[in-house]
Amino acid sequence: MSNLFESKSMVDTGQETAPIWINDLTVAYHRKPVLWDVDLVVPEGKLVAVVGPNGAGKSTLIKAILGLVPKATGDVRIYGRSYQAQRRLVGYVPQRESVDWDFPVSAADVVAMGLYGKIGWLKPVSRRHREQAVEELRKVGMEAYADRQISQLSGGQQQRVFLARALAQDARVYFMDEPFAGVDVATEKAIVALLKELQMSGKTCVVVHHDLQTVTTYFDHVVLLNMRVVAAGPVEEVFTEENLKKTYGGKLTLLTQALHKYAQQPGLGTGGTKGGRR
Amino acid sequence: MPGSLFSTVFSHGRALFIAVAWAVWLWSGPAHAGGLSDAGLQWPAWQELLRVLTLRDYNTRVVIVGTTLLGLAAGLSGTFLILRKRALLSDTLSHATLPGIALAFILMTVFFGNGKSLVGLIAGAAVFAVLGTGSVLLIQRYSRLKDDAALGVVLSVYFGLGIAIMGIATRMATGNSAGLNSFIYGKTASMLFSDALLIAVTAFVAAVLCLLFFKEFSLVCFDADFALTQGWPVARLDFFMMTLVVVVTVVGLQAVGLILVVALLIIPPSTARFWSHRLSVMLGLSAFFGALSGMLGAAISALMANLPAGAVIVLSASSLFFLSLVFGTNGGLLLMVLERRRLGKKVMHENLLRELYEWQESATQQANVDEKAIEISGPRLEELLPRRSWSVHGLQKGLRQLIRKQWLRPSADGRYLFTPDGLLEARGVVRKHRLWEAYLIAYADTAPGQVDWGADTIEHVLDERIIAELEAGLPDTTPKAIPASPHALPCCEVS
Repeated sequence: MSNLFESKSMVDTGQETAPIWINDLTVAYHRKPVLWDVDLVVPEGKLVAVVGPNGAGKSTLIKAILGLVPKATGDVRIYGRSYQAQRRLVGYVPQRESVDWDFPVSAADVVAMGLYGKIGWLKPVSRRHREQAVEELRKVGMEAYADRQISQLSGGQQQRVFLARALAQDARVYFMDEPFAGVDVATEKAIVALLKELQMSGKTCVVVHHDLQTVTTYFDHVVLLNMRVVAAGPVEEVFTEENLKKTYGGKLTLLTQALHKYAQQPGLGTGGTKGGRR
Repeated sequence: MPGSLFSTVFSHGRALFIAVAWAVWLWSGPAHAGGLSDAGLQWPAWQELLRVLTLRDYNTRVVIVGTTLLGLAAGLSGTFLILRKRALLSDTLSHATLPGIALAFILMTVFFGNGKSLVGLIAGAAVFAVLGTGSVLLIQRYSRLKDDAALGVVLSVYFGLGIAIMGIATRMATGNSAGLNSFIYGKTASMLFSDALLIAVTAFVAAVLCLLFFKEFSLVCFDADFALTQGWPVARLDFFMMTLVVVVTVVGLQAVGLILVVALLIIPPSTARFWSHRLSVMLGLSAFFGALSGMLGAAISALMANLPAGAVIVLSASSLFFLSLVFGTNGGLLLMVLERRRLGKKVMHENLLRELYEWQESATQQANVDEKAIEISGPRLEELLPRRSWSVHGLQKGLRQLIRKQWLRPSADGRYLFTPDGLLEARGVVRKHRLWEAYLIAYADTAPGQVDWGADTIEHVLDERIIAELEAGLPDTTPKAIPASPHALPCCEVS
């Protein structure tokens, strides 16, 4: 597999302690593989875009790393240890459509959810935590909306609330699922500024991205994904026309068809992931 | 909490009056509609009314306290149920309890001779509620059926099974199966002190758990995936929430029946949603509405011997729901209608101000511009009328409203003139309109000729922040000035 970055970093010893280290990851929904034999190493302090066509498994990659979908095979490590052991180092921004925005909570309430892990079992959200939530909202330019019910916010503002919630997690690695999808210009600018700021303070961000035109300006690393990792590494090395053709071109259709056929055969399993979802 | 609620409702004369008014309202319709009193629906005597409402009767006291607390518990656990979008799952699991009740009855009759131990029946119901829920989950996971179909299949299969086993139970030689039917339709009259105590304990536990786990439950309801990444045991919390619902369901079976118990779980939180968009307030209101429905329903049913309590409780709950649907402060229909009318009025006023202003503008252009001395007056009604598609009546009404606001004053010769306040207001409106037009032309590729209409529909909802952004985004506008109109204005004759 042409994993440029991996081959380059093979020289480094201890790459298993990188922020994200993935070895031989396969994920299947209803026995149909969505990710196939993914190897990936993401170095510290990089802004990494994950790009690929629809259904390439971009979101699934993040969800598999975070343990939200079961792995058929493979090993994922965050700073050298399992995700379960390193949760506190990880922040997550899910897709905006994944929740019901008519839920009866305010923007500050949602951001405070990022602190629940620190607050712990059964204890209520204190005034101090609320103040911190408003502080996180300020970082995304949303402090004026702290008490707004979330359905009254625009799509871009909702996205920024999700980002503020991830900031409240105070993590070292951030996973963001399509934060730029359907947002206004102001939000896009705010997210970019935030990403740069996170990078300055040494955090690593993995962002599922759909806009190929902005990859080179927003990110310094890129992962080209189409069920397998087509290429991964610094943008200037990896983000080439040839690699993009490989990612978006029809080369993999035969594999897709074969796997589809395979999934429809009764009695064959891919590691007991029947059902896929939790 | 339930106790204090109870005493406040009953100690306040006004609350008592409302309760009585409700009672009267609820049965006055059918009673007047005719003939029902012949069928046994009797108006209670005044003394009887007072006796029930002041809880002087031991039996009534037990029943009313029991259903009130049941409503409270259901309101609490139901809130998280509907926020987790599982309302129909609770319907399925309540129907699935029937075979459990019937089987428990048969087993207890065979082994102990007496099949009517409430604890035994409730245990049977709980087991089958869990089995039913499990069946739904299994079907969802291992078949191609969609969620709603899975719920429908399980509901009908278990209910059918329950009716069949019930048939066997009623034909058993030993054991007295009378009253078993009350689990289907509910019968509060058979409620004993021990039953009320069971409900009270359940309500207390539900209240304590909802307060303790408020943070965890709301997180799981809002964003289960995020909760999972933070390491919360989502599956166990989910199971916990559903267990709470199952427990409330089975202890409520006897009172309201398995067909209607779901209403107590779903209607109070849905009602509460019309009054608040804060989860904590919604939870409290839901408990209150549930308790109120339980109390009213039981009280009315105690007064009218032939009205089954379960049905009346649900009817009380739905009356509260419809009241909230109309009068609610958070998405209530009345408020929405008023808001729409207010906006309609604002649009009318702004359009009028703009037409008056533009009439003046054209008049100034037609007159010699240098001659500032010329007094530009205002248009007559007939001159305004053709400028927009408004009716004479509507136009007159709008003008009258503006005069009342002291933005316009009528002149002796039937012209409408700006007051200084009105002129200021009109300048603001026109500026907003022109800025929006310019924005549409610059960014939305709208032709200058079409832009008037496009600007018209949206400009009325623009707020100060958006206007400031419009100004900042357009290259050649001076702040606070009114840009020239990009299209020709309808003409007018100068007086």
